[in-house]
Amino acid sequence: MFTTYLRRELVHRRKHSLIIAIGMALAIALVVVVNAVSAGVSAAQSTALASVYGVGTDITVTQAAEPGEGGGGPGGFSFGADEGTTAEDGTTTLEQTQLSTARGITSFDAADLDTVLAVDGVEDATATLSLESTSFSGEIPDFGQTPTEGSTGGMPAPPSGGADGAGGSSFGVDSFSVEGIDLGGAALGPLSSVELADGRTFESTDGGADVAVLDASYAESAELAVGDVIEVGGAELEIIGTVASTSADAATASDVYLPLDTAQTLADLDGQVTTVYVQATGSDAVDAVQADLEGALPEATVSTQSDLASSVSGSLGTASDLVASLGTWLSIIVLLAAFLIAILFTISGVTRRTREFGTLKAIGWSNRRIVGQVAGESVVQSLLGGAIGIAVGLVAVLVINLAAPSLSTTSTGGDAAAGGAPGGTAEGMAGGMGGGPGFGQQATTVAADVTLNAPVTVGILAIAVGLAVIGGVLAGAIGGWRAARLRPAEALRSVA
Amino acid sequence: MARGAAAARRGAAQRRLNRAGAGPRCPPGPRAGPPPAARPPPGPARASISTATVETVERPTKGAYTLAGVGRAYQQKGRTVHALSKVDLEIRSGDMVAVQGPTGGGKSTLLQLLGALDRPSTGTIALGGELLSQLGDARLGAIRGREIGFVFQHFNLIPTLTALENVETALVPLGVSAEERRSRASEALESVGLGERGGHLPSELSGGQQQRVAIARAIVKRPAVLLADEPTGNLDEETRDEIMNLLEGLWRDQGLTLVIVTHDSAVARRAQRRLHIKQGSVREVA
Repeated sequence: MFTTYLRRELVHRRKHSLIIAIGMALAIALVVVVNAVSAGVSAAQSTALASVYGVGTDITVTQAAEPGEGGGGPGGFSFGADEGTTAEDGTTTLEQTQLSTARGITSFDAADLDTVLAVDGVEDATATLSLESTSFSGEIPDFGQTPTEGSTGGMPAPPSGGADGAGGSSFGVDSFSVEGIDLGGAALGPLSSVELADGRTFESTDGGADVAVLDASYAESAELAVGDVIEVGGAELEIIGTVASTSADAATASDVYLPLDTAQTLADLDGQVTTVYVQATGSDAVDAVQADLEGALPEATVSTQSDLASSVSGSLGTASDLVASLGTWLSIIVLLAAFLIAILFTISGVTRRTREFGTLKAIGWSNRRIVGQVAGESVVQSLLGGAIGIAVGLVAVLVINLAAPSLSTTSTGGDAAAGGAPGGTAEGMAGGMGGGPGFGQQATTVAADVTLNAPVTVGILAIAVGLAVIGGVLAGAIGGWRAARLRPAEALRSVA
Repeated sequence: MARGAAAARRGAAQRRLNRAGAGPRCPPGPRAGPPPAARPPPGPARASISTATVETVERPTKGAYTLAGVGRAYQQKGRTVHALSKVDLEIRSGDMVAVQGPTGGGKSTLLQLLGALDRPSTGTIALGGELLSQLGDARLGAIRGREIGFVFQHFNLIPTLTALENVETALVPLGVSAEERRSRASEALESVGLGERGGHLPSELSGGQQQRVAIARAIVKRPAVLLADEPTGNLDEETRDEIMNLLEGLWRDQGLTLVIVTHDSAVARRAQRRLHIKQGSVREVA
């Protein structure tokens, strides 16, 4: 009788059932879309972060440079009076290259890696040395020339020489990021999220060798290829391979990769590292490991993936913020509205059916049976809405995935700076000697375009069905409670 | 006269109830009467309700009511309305009683109390030996489901269920299997002449037919009591007579206790006993 009665009510009160179902469907569809997009944005963030921090990294350990410490970034370029080569016209050509830690961070003792590995909850860890190679080259005219013949009025003639032959100066600054990789370390860090584009990657026998692996995009922009030579820190290194990010369109974390000991030697930072990549034993251990690491290494900056996620900006960051704020709140509001509609309509239905329930009570139906009937109808209406909502949501997600919107992202290393963008050449920065702060400002960011793919998981569907059931049970319970409260004598006024 | 007799009887009825002990169960004697078919056919209309005092204990009590000092008061807009006051009444098993009276006189209240839909403010009501006035909601619901059939003026059929399903609803509280439910509901519809209309919705039936379905719903559980509230109030004369013939036939054949509230004197005259309620007081009409 329960099923028959329920079916007949739903069929005969179609309009009433449809309004509840449509309200619920709208809310459930929104929940499905928001959850799927949220998962897609999270995946895009992970992709963006993986291109910087590698796959499997839960925590990074770095050490920020103290103000005034002078750590991080290239120092000033200084030239002695006799440096450079002077041409016949008096123009002096100067060249100088510096290899130093990336801007904003400083190196620390590689032995800290052992400290990290000794912390409970640490599954694995590896250390890298993030460097920045900055080259200065320029031509300076001979400002000390005596007036040439033909000059008049005792005024000195304008200087000659320089790039334009009229006495002007020309400077060029070229910088690229360099990452020293521990060849015997764990499969974490920047090279864990790359694929070989050409040549080969490092082997264990490359330790201490003058070899380098280049980011494929950087190699292309710098017109370098496998077999060529690249100058890093005054040494010429053989390019043995190029790598590309596994994420389409994204660059890898650094422009040039070297064996860790080679990098340490060239940068004159023996036994020093700048970043430790840590993998926790599980996602639930991340917070505890972070706290323990902060205790074990008080001067270090310990960042988790969620900390790092905040460094993602660009339209991906906007999408993330949008989903997190607007999407979530919109879902909650629509869901509450749908629940409210279901509750109000159920109560209104109970009120309209007062005599009906009074009659059923008069013929002996228990409160429990009547509440069950009302709740059953409400749950079925909500489930119906949930099913429609899931279908609509799936279609919406399909449309999103077919449209495949591209989200641009700029992942800024911040205090966990590791890696750099494809090395930009600061050409044309004329005037002024010395590469002070300002050079390589983009060295700690990675730009990428990530295609948004909104996945629909069983979990999302379970949430949708669960919410529909909750909505139905809630409306049914309140409606049923109203029905149960009806006094049969009052409900049956026609008896009187 | 009836009131005086009832007052005398009230003391006796109360004493019987007191002897029954602390529990709500009423006096000794057979708990249930013989099967309806074996019951003695209702006799001629009794002129008074005062004769049932001691004999009731000896007679079948199924479907028999004993009301002692029953009063029902409501709070309405800050003042107390006494719908019934100090009613003493015996309705014996198998009685056919018509209740008449002006609107607002207390007919409805009396029917609600007899139907275990409400409890008195004062006094006691016993049905078949059970004190309804002391039972909880669940127990009252069970008694309604098992012992009491209702027929309403507006039929009160579930509009979304077919005639057959409407009749079945009365068997749901009894835990009857679906198959038996269907079979008994069909029989009940047959007995009211609507065997062919079981698949019809109430909206597809005439008023008389809807009332027949309501009667089938009331009798399908084979109750001891049938309470009818203006059962012919919405029907034309011809249909009224059909319905009354049907109710009277059921009463006679099944030995039901039948209480009919009506404004229609033609209907009331067909009853064995006629009660008149005015301003909360009940008197027997000779």
